[in-house]
Amino acid sequence: MQRAVFTLAAFGLLGYCAMPWFGVDYGIFERDWIDAGGLLSEQGAPGLLQTLIHGRPLLAIPGLVLAYVLFSACGIGGVPRGPRLLLCLLVLGLAAVALPPFAARWLGFFPEAGGQALGYGAIVVAASLLLCATTLWARMGRSNRDAFAVGSIALVLVLIGLFVFYPILHVLTQAVSAPSEGTVIGSVLSTATGRDVWGLACFTGGRHCGVAVNSILLGVLTATSTTVLGLAFALLITRTRFPAKGLLRALTILPIITPPFVVGLALILLFGRAGWVTTFAADFLDVEAGRWLYGLWGVWLAQTLAFTPIAFLVLIGVVEGVSPSLEEAAQTLRADLSATMRTVSLPLFRPGLANAFLLGFIESLADFGNPLVLGGADGVLSTEIYFAVVGAQADPARAAVLAIILLFLTLGAFLVQRMWLGRTSYATITGKGDNGARAPLSLRHSAAVHGLTMPWLALTVVVYAMIFYGSFVKLWGYDHTITLDHYRTAFRVEWLDGAVLWSGSAWNSFWTTLTISSVAAPLTAALGLLTAWLLIRQEFFGKTAFEFVTMLSFAIPGTVVGLSYILAFNVPPIELTGTGVILVLCFIFRNMPVGVRGGVAAIKQIDRSLDEASLTLGGGSFQTLRYVLLPLLRPAIVAAVAYSFIRGITSVSAVIFLVSADHNMATAYIIGLVENGSYGVAIAYANVLIVVMLAVMLAVQFAFGGRRLRRQERIGNALPARARS
Amino acid sequence: MRRRFHSGAGAVALLAMTASAAAEGRLNVLCGADEAWCTGIEAAFERKSGIDVSMVRKSSGEILAQIRAEKDNPKVDVWWGGTGDPQLQAAAEGLLEAYSSPVHSELLPWAQNFHDISGGRATGIYAGALGFAYNTQILEKKGLTAPSCWKDLASETYRGEVQIANPNSSGTAYTALATLVQIFGEDEAYRYLGELNENVNSYTKSGSAPVKAAARGETLIGIAFMHDAVTQKQAGFPIEIVAPCEGTGYEIGAVSVIKGARNLDNAKLFVDYALSAEGQATGAAAGQNQVPSNGKATVPPEAPDIATIKLVDYDFATYGSADMRTHLLSRFDGEVKTAH
Repeated sequence: MQRAVFTLAAFGLLGYCAMPWFGVDYGIFERDWIDAGGLLSEQGAPGLLQTLIHGRPLLAIPGLVLAYVLFSACGIGGVPRGPRLLLCLLVLGLAAVALPPFAARWLGFFPEAGGQALGYGAIVVAASLLLCATTLWARMGRSNRDAFAVGSIALVLVLIGLFVFYPILHVLTQAVSAPSEGTVIGSVLSTATGRDVWGLACFTGGRHCGVAVNSILLGVLTATSTTVLGLAFALLITRTRFPAKGLLRALTILPIITPPFVVGLALILLFGRAGWVTTFAADFLDVEAGRWLYGLWGVWLAQTLAFTPIAFLVLIGVVEGVSPSLEEAAQTLRADLSATMRTVSLPLFRPGLANAFLLGFIESLADFGNPLVLGGADGVLSTEIYFAVVGAQADPARAAVLAIILLFLTLGAFLVQRMWLGRTSYATITGKGDNGARAPLSLRHSAAVHGLTMPWLALTVVVYAMIFYGSFVKLWGYDHTITLDHYRTAFRVEWLDGAVLWSGSAWNSFWTTLTISSVAAPLTAALGLLTAWLLIRQEFFGKTAFEFVTMLSFAIPGTVVGLSYILAFNVPPIELTGTGVILVLCFIFRNMPVGVRGGVAAIKQIDRSLDEASLTLGGGSFQTLRYVLLPLLRPAIVAAVAYSFIRGITSVSAVIFLVSADHNMATAYIIGLVENGSYGVAIAYANVLIVVMLAVMLAVQFAFGGRRLRRQERIGNALPARARS
Repeated sequence: MRRRFHSGAGAVALLAMTASAAAEGRLNVLCGADEAWCTGIEAAFERKSGIDVSMVRKSSGEILAQIRAEKDNPKVDVWWGGTGDPQLQAAAEGLLEAYSSPVHSELLPWAQNFHDISGGRATGIYAGALGFAYNTQILEKKGLTAPSCWKDLASETYRGEVQIANPNSSGTAYTALATLVQIFGEDEAYRYLGELNENVNSYTKSGSAPVKAAARGETLIGIAFMHDAVTQKQAGFPIEIVAPCEGTGYEIGAVSVIKGARNLDNAKLFVDYALSAEGQATGAAAGQNQVPSNGKATVPPEAPDIATIKLVDYDFATYGSADMRTHLLSRFDGEVKTAH
């Protein structure tokens, strides 16, 4: 423990003495700041020099604190070692680093601390102070947790506070900005209760409901359909002898690795008024071709296509995790296959089902691309917020109020889910070796599963065939001359004087997208699973509120997240706009909830006795997490890494405001192409991204694979050995 | 001064992608025009000036939202392209820097007029007239006659066949609303919109969506800017473009310098270039069909000939003002949309 504090403090002091305290022009990896004087210039000076030369006496505090902690940790010079005193000092040091810049921005105190963005030096020092403090706290024995657990809790709390809560606060303050007429409360209330928000006209013969009603309706529909389909696919893979399981896995994955508006375009070509299916049906049945696709039904179809894989990813882990021995026990007790499914398996799927439903509902609420392409005149909250920000009549206050409504909807879904799951235990992976064959589906269930999945698979195949085909024809929908022009425009590579010239228009955004997504994905997964572990295995004050905050950034539509990031991180103390880092951070905190939900569902299945065994044998919580839980969480890790990588590549709305010329993202670029009607190049680009993501996912699956339980992954005979009497 | 801050993990990987500074300095441009044109003018200006240009394309509404959000610490130097209406709003909010280019005298009167309305803070780079387009295949299939006037669109024969964007979200549709008010007078315009409402199958969010829907046969008629329709037609879709017989309004695409721009001198150089005949030629080269604002610039051959279109004297000052916008839109919401 002593050594841990020593190392942390030494690291902090290094940052204090040798890293620029403030942010430097163009970042420290460019030559610009070194040319401007490096560590000796005022801008590039580390904390030590800022204190001594540049007249910032406040910055002496963290340096002195760190030095004191360092000395006391190695016991030099008879420095008193009372942990209570050290803890107070550390908190003081942390306050001296973090409070003045924020106070300068918000309250006008410490003006000399404002105006400069915090840099690496400040980050390293703050992190070191924080972790020293948590290590000491754990050592004081105030809680029955060790340093790792306390440090993780503090770190996750700080990060979430900074990159979820802080930006959202910026948006919410806009909701109460002074209106042009009337009082603040009056204008907020009139917006929040307006007929355009809660109107029910669509049920009573009118054309349109309010946007909130549309959102809820769509959310429930989509969550239901994706959960049912996700479960059907999970059962199809684990409980039937369906021959092409590998292919099926790839197909169920396809929709999430597709930029949403591409699916929307394919649906228009199939089911739009001039679509192939519609035209065929209209000629065949002699009815007027309809425009049903443009509205809630079309969005529902597209969302179900897009989000079923998420439900599947959540459910497959849970369905695989349920111990076959429980099902065998049920059958030994003479339950037939249907009864086993109904009374044993399904109840054990509940955490998975609830999480899948919650994710589906929230994804649907936050979805932006599909309602934009297919929504027609039926607005939903996410698009309405977007247009309240960027529309002809920009009204940020209205956007903020609608964002709050959306938040309450998410909160509601979250609470309902918790109530349904309650405090029941769903642990099925225990230390006891269990063996046995999975119960197959009963004939009736098997027929239902096949009946649900096969048409859906067919639709998916057709949609993707169209997308694939569309990138090779001149004018999708009209002129079907085969051509490679679209790929040539986007991905041309030339050899010029022996060097490769990436002259295609897409390369720039392509490389940026890949880099940013691959940086963000492992970080997202790590943070998500760590958070899930804290939520399930650790008790701390305000845990429920904490759990809700982790879901916040996921629930808010990307556009609002993007805008809030600009508002929060464009000016000191934390200045990130125009960099790639802001995109990475946005992805991490936006996609973390998926890691959290997946992790929560998976950890709930792992019996606590495994942890306890490890702890009893003297392992710390880090060792327990690393050597006991993580190997069992492999499927959840793979899902989290893969999913956040994919989301980095396919997410649209959050990045629209955050992309800059140096860091342009593929989807932002594709949206531009779609807006111009260059569908060919857009889907050619999308196809390349799909192939890349498939390759990455297969690689991740191959590298990290499944967990090894002492079970045989086989399915029992349709007729169990017991005699039917 | 431009400060940047990288945090640990991502920074190393991002290092490779960060653009390096050229000797002539840097310039950040937000582009509201077509992607092809953005890339075209970026390359052409970099070649000419040696300035390292960073340009990204966003929609006009997004650009305005970003510039508002960044107003205390602007990261962008120039706003180039896209309909001029949001730039007038930005000018009125004090987000733009006043700048009159030396090329100013070469500009056509409407561009100079736009410059005056903005208080010298934005200048017109192109103009494009409003109109509508119809799908010839559907017209034939349904055996209808082609519409040629605004009034035709409200006729019963086109029931459920007209698409127009929602003026609350789309600048294009707001231009249409203001145009109709200027042609018919306010009360008559809303009466007309009420009748048109019976024929409208969808008020789309995006301004260019209706003409794309018409191109793909999803609707018979789409109301949009004519140069957008030309682009669809050139792509090979079966549409015919109509300049309404009563006359029509137009948009002016604009360029402006952001207030507090970090590369002010380079920003001014870019504006000069964008207004020059040479700079405006990049539009036609990128397949664009708007009418350039520089009198010496060549007009793209496919551009709708402004001379043959009956244009109203569109009053940008009045209809670009926040009060008029709020008034017209709330009346639209009250009288037209609630008719459902």
